[in-house]
Amino acid sequence: MASAFPEGFEALDPFVDWAVPTEKARYTKRITSTMDELDAFYDVAFPLLKSGTAYLEKTSMEGISEPDKRLLWLFCSLVTVAFSVEAWRQPRVPDSGPSAIDAIVEPAV
Amino acid sequence: MAHFKKPEEGTWTEHLKVDTEPVSYADSTSPEHYELEREAIFKRTWLNVGRVEQIPRKGSYFTKELDAARTSVIVVRGTDGEVRAFHNVCRHRGNKLVWNDFPREETSGVCRQFTCKYHAWRYDLDGKLAFVQQEGEFFDLDKSDYGLKQVQAEVWEGFIFVNLDTENTTPLREYMGELGKGIEGYPFHKLTQVHKFRAEIGSNWKLFIDAFAEFYHAPILHSGQYMPDQARRIQKYGYEGLHYDIDGPHSMVSSWGGIAPPHDREMVKPIEAALRSGLFGPWDAPDIGMTTDELPPAVNPTRDPRWGMDSFVFFPNFMLLIWRPNWVLTYHYWPTSYNTHIFEGTCYFVPPKNAFERLQQELAAVSFKEYGLQDGNTLEATQTMLESGTVDRFPLNDQEVLLRHLHRSAEERVRDHQRRTSGAPAAS
Repeated sequence: MASAFPEGFEALDPFVDWAVPTEKARYTKRITSTMDELDAFYDVAFPLLKSGTAYLEKTSMEGISEPDKRLLWLFCSLVTVAFSVEAWRQPRVPDSGPSAIDAIVEPAV
Repeated sequence: MAHFKKPEEGTWTEHLKVDTEPVSYADSTSPEHYELEREAIFKRTWLNVGRVEQIPRKGSYFTKELDAARTSVIVVRGTDGEVRAFHNVCRHRGNKLVWNDFPREETSGVCRQFTCKYHAWRYDLDGKLAFVQQEGEFFDLDKSDYGLKQVQAEVWEGFIFVNLDTENTTPLREYMGELGKGIEGYPFHKLTQVHKFRAEIGSNWKLFIDAFAEFYHAPILHSGQYMPDQARRIQKYGYEGLHYDIDGPHSMVSSWGGIAPPHDREMVKPIEAALRSGLFGPWDAPDIGMTTDELPPAVNPTRDPRWGMDSFVFFPNFMLLIWRPNWVLTYHYWPTSYNTHIFEGTCYFVPPKNAFERLQQELAAVSFKEYGLQDGNTLEATQTMLESGTVDRFPLNDQEVLLRHLHRSAEERVRDHQRRTSGAPAAS
């Protein structure tokens, strides 16, 4: 079966459900995941972000393709998950209790 | 030991002629005082409700809920291109004129006329009543008497403000004062990539401004956001502003550069190093048509090479943060009761050219959110204990001078208003 992502990023296919188009949904997925799940995603995606920098820099936002959009949204998820993995060692922001700050306007892609 | 030079008086607080006594926060814990603030401040001060980019075309509009002023306004671009604002109320039976699904939620769109959902009264974009259903059934109805109630609306540097005081005679530009004038010319219009966040906060509106008007808290509350060595270094260092200023009810703090980019890559988290971005924004500043040295004079006012960002408080509830890597963040605090408010944080970037730049901006925006979540919950903890009333004298330090000024400015407005209204003849 063809990959959901551009060539070179096929290793992300098991994590395609992290290709989420809105910030609120990405954050919700993060705080409803376990640390094991977040670590597993981070461990595969983070090295690909580093090795994929040149590809991302070549990928114009104008007329961006569907596989590139999915890749971008998945890396947006990695950005929010990185806080749990690198800083908090828990899905939620510590002491954030029930509070929420949600994006209500954001770029379409 | 001071890392940055203080004024001749020895402290910013004394230099800016602000008192140094402990404060009580009684102005943040009482429903009665909040009612006074609604009348004295929110019903009679210029309030920033949006940006011109939100209404790009003739007929583009948005609504803004102003609970603190007990109204909702429609902001619209007319057929003549002018920006106007109206109270969002139909003149026939008082229905809210523009809303969708939920009457208390804000909305936006494009239209040629506003049509009331109730009986289809229609209003032109300049507020004139244009159509009345079964007009002949009314009694000598003159449509020119029933246009929408207009609200003063003016634009400063692309930011749209309204003033609900029908007797206001101060033009917006004059209200924005010297600090506002000193920012004019900043290319806000080039920063059209918007990420806007919203939160319901369980504290008085002034307490969140307090949290963002000082950075003394940053090395402590946010220490978990740094790498451990860096957190220790920052805590030892503490926080000192480069410069503070006050202009009428407005104020600003100019701050050093933080980590954009860091001197030492070990200082930052792996995601920050990979994306070359963080709380202070993408390290690669986009072209905005001017260099850091060429920024308007109120931005980086000391022209210090270590400068990183300026944070302006425009009274009562609009904060404008200009960051060295050429992006802008705004905060708004919209009271909904004495101990609750809606917080809005909006990031403005130059539109990204490629997917990597888009991710750099995502990291800056999401970092702001992570910090904000820490701040927001702390505020609820503060509000509940202030309300206990067990302590009513709180010392503030020199890096917290803008907090004193905000509370003092708000109290002055309330006192002036009380003086005006108590001196007025009783209504007959």
